[in-house]
Amino acid sequence: MQTQTESGCSATPGKVVTGNVIPLLHEVRHALQQLLDSGQEMVIDLRSIPMGPGEEDRIAEQLGRGEVQARLSALGPSEVVETRYPGVWLVTHHNNDGEIIGKFIEVCVIPRLVTAQHEDIRAGLQALSVQLAE
Amino acid sequence: MSKDQTIGEALRARGVSRRGFLKFCAATASMMALPPSMVPVIAAALEKASRPSVIWMSFQECTGCTESLTRSHSPTVEGLIFDTISLDYHHTLQAASGAAAEAAREAAMEENWGKYILVVDGSIPVGDPGYSTIAGISNMDMLLETAAGAAAIVSVGSCAAFGGIPHADPNPTGALSVRDLLQQYGDRKPDTHSAVYTAHSTDVDVKNKPIINVPGCPPIPVVITGVLAHFLTFGTIPELDELGRPMAYYGKSIHDRCYRRPYYDKGLFAETFDDEGAKKGWCLYKLGCKGPTTYNACATTKWNEGTSFPIEAGHPCLGCSEPDFWDGGGFYKAISTSTEDISRTAVYAIGAGAAAGVALGALNRAKKTRAVKAHQKVGIDDLEKDG
Amino acid sequence: MSETELLIWVRGPALQIATVVFLLGGVLRIFEILALGRKPNLAEPRGSALAGGLRTIITRSFPNRDTLQRSTFNVVAGYIFHIGFFIALFFFAPHILLFDDAFGVSWPALPTQFIDAVTVVTMIALVAVLLHRINHKVMRYLSRFQDYLVWLVTILPLVTGYFAFHRIGLTPPLLIAVHIASVELLMVVFPFTKLMHAFTLFLARYYNGAISGYRGVNS
Repeated sequence: MQTQTESGCSATPGKVVTGNVIPLLHEVRHALQQLLDSGQEMVIDLRSIPMGPGEEDRIAEQLGRGEVQARLSALGPSEVVETRYPGVWLVTHHNNDGEIIGKFIEVCVIPRLVTAQHEDIRAGLQALSVQLAE
Repeated sequence: MSKDQTIGEALRARGVSRRGFLKFCAATASMMALPPSMVPVIAAALEKASRPSVIWMSFQECTGCTESLTRSHSPTVEGLIFDTISLDYHHTLQAASGAAAEAAREAAMEENWGKYILVVDGSIPVGDPGYSTIAGISNMDMLLETAAGAAAIVSVGSCAAFGGIPHADPNPTGALSVRDLLQQYGDRKPDTHSAVYTAHSTDVDVKNKPIINVPGCPPIPVVITGVLAHFLTFGTIPELDELGRPMAYYGKSIHDRCYRRPYYDKGLFAETFDDEGAKKGWCLYKLGCKGPTTYNACATTKWNEGTSFPIEAGHPCLGCSEPDFWDGGGFYKAISTSTEDISRTAVYAIGAGAAAGVALGALNRAKKTRAVKAHQKVGIDDLEKDG
Repeated sequence: MSETELLIWVRGPALQIATVVFLLGGVLRIFEILALGRKPNLAEPRGSALAGGLRTIITRSFPNRDTLQRSTFNVVAGYIFHIGFFIALFFFAPHILLFDDAFGVSWPALPTQFIDAVTVVTMIALVAVLLHRINHKVMRYLSRFQDYLVWLVTILPLVTGYFAFHRIGLTPPLLIAVHIASVELLMVVFPFTKLMHAFTLFLARYYNGAISGYRGVNS
């Protein structure tokens, strides 16, 4: 966490602290505990929280990078990155132009988007069968 | 794309995988300001939803709203939502013009009577209909006719929602918002109307058509598409506030969600646009920020794919999503200050008060002196006389 | 009239009218009192009237011990709502902005959370003062319509300000308009009621102190 003056405002010019970062991390901690206890998953939409300039990056910094990093190519690229804390994932969706269209923190064993989807498996099976029949 | 396809089918036909579809749903949920836990519900609903026909009408407007919506050239999520609707009439975007364009509108009305969404940007002049006409039809007539067959009306932008800039004082065209126009003239039969209207409009109450206001100058593109997405996902009108705005986006004030709010609470304000306070990112209230009286999603949804919003760029909020924002007493004047020269008034008042006080005092003194002079001493003789 | 038009009117012409009534009326009444003059005191002075007058202005700002013991509630609640009203009026950032904009003078603001708390305490004190007035037999007997009117116009700006700050009930422009209008009501009523004590108390204290000072007595 960056240094703060007594009044709670950032001392560094241009850097503003909304005070939303710490509560958010507490929420993540709580969700991790729930995941362990009952297997309940949680997703936080980072776009629904007021953020000052650079605060989103600071959250990513705080969470750090873990062992798994996945890149998806579905309607534009998406990044699924395990954070320093196993079970906490940072999911960023881009469109074909690389613009960010969604940013989420997922607390789960593995984000569902990474696993193969039934509909896609079925379509794949069909495609493979067609290929073998030729 | 065939009009009978569901949205799920339409996306699959475009080669979008299930993963892509789920990603689309996640972004749509975010766009509709719904919690991520709603993604499976949205996925199930979108899979089955049919593609609604949309008729988009532009009246007294600057095309900024359309510009806001279509500013992106690549398939963004907004773009995809836009693609999944069947935009049957939009005279700025469509290739057809004149009679052919109007024929397209009438065909869409005929085919989808009672089911299409009518999107309006721009206000409607009632002072003199000649101020704004399309294909020789006055804006009022065209709105009354097209509204009659709409399932719902979306007023995009502050002009359609509240009258906006054309409605600003002294409102030379007699501009009205869609809601005001339908409320005041909803029972009137349009002077010029098509055969489609004549065939259907016997029992339509245009006064009570559901209207969703999406104000802003322009509105955030994601908010425009979010409202359309809500309608086509759930087939219902989202929860609205008393000004007809979706609560999901307009439920919280800019001030309440502003990242500079802590500075307001501490009383730290930028005094000018380039002082230390401005550089440190302090609150812009003193520079006229209308954040406390403005309800919009700018502080969280932000603009340009969530990059920034006016306050983050160092400019106070103008309050563009509120009624009559143009006449709010100056963009750079703090809300709590007076719109008149109070110090001069005060000086005159004190001067006049002092002068009047002195005059009254002198009058009182003169009265007192006269009273003292007129006073006659009472002696024992006087008492005897009366007695 | 739309909400915006109402707000503009309240912030502009209405505030001008209120300022004129408040200042013209107030200054007129003070000058009237001053112009009455006082009879020249022919006695030999035994002390400074000026020093005595000024001292009394200050000493009477603090509660007298006997009075405090005799009517503790009145004194404590009275002080709370007077100080609270003063803080809310002069140390809320948007209010300071108004003074700065109108007269070019400003001073540091207090945190809004603090002002918020002070406002709540002030409103409670005012309600308590009213209940006391109604429940106290003698006070109720002495109370006239004006006492209740003055109480109402004093608490209204606090209540409407609290509602405007927390945005309860109405749309924000309307809440602010109502709040400003309530202050204007206070300003208009001010010169014609006992609210004038806010100005005349200094005159009264000075005269009291000056009379005693002239005689060489502490008041």
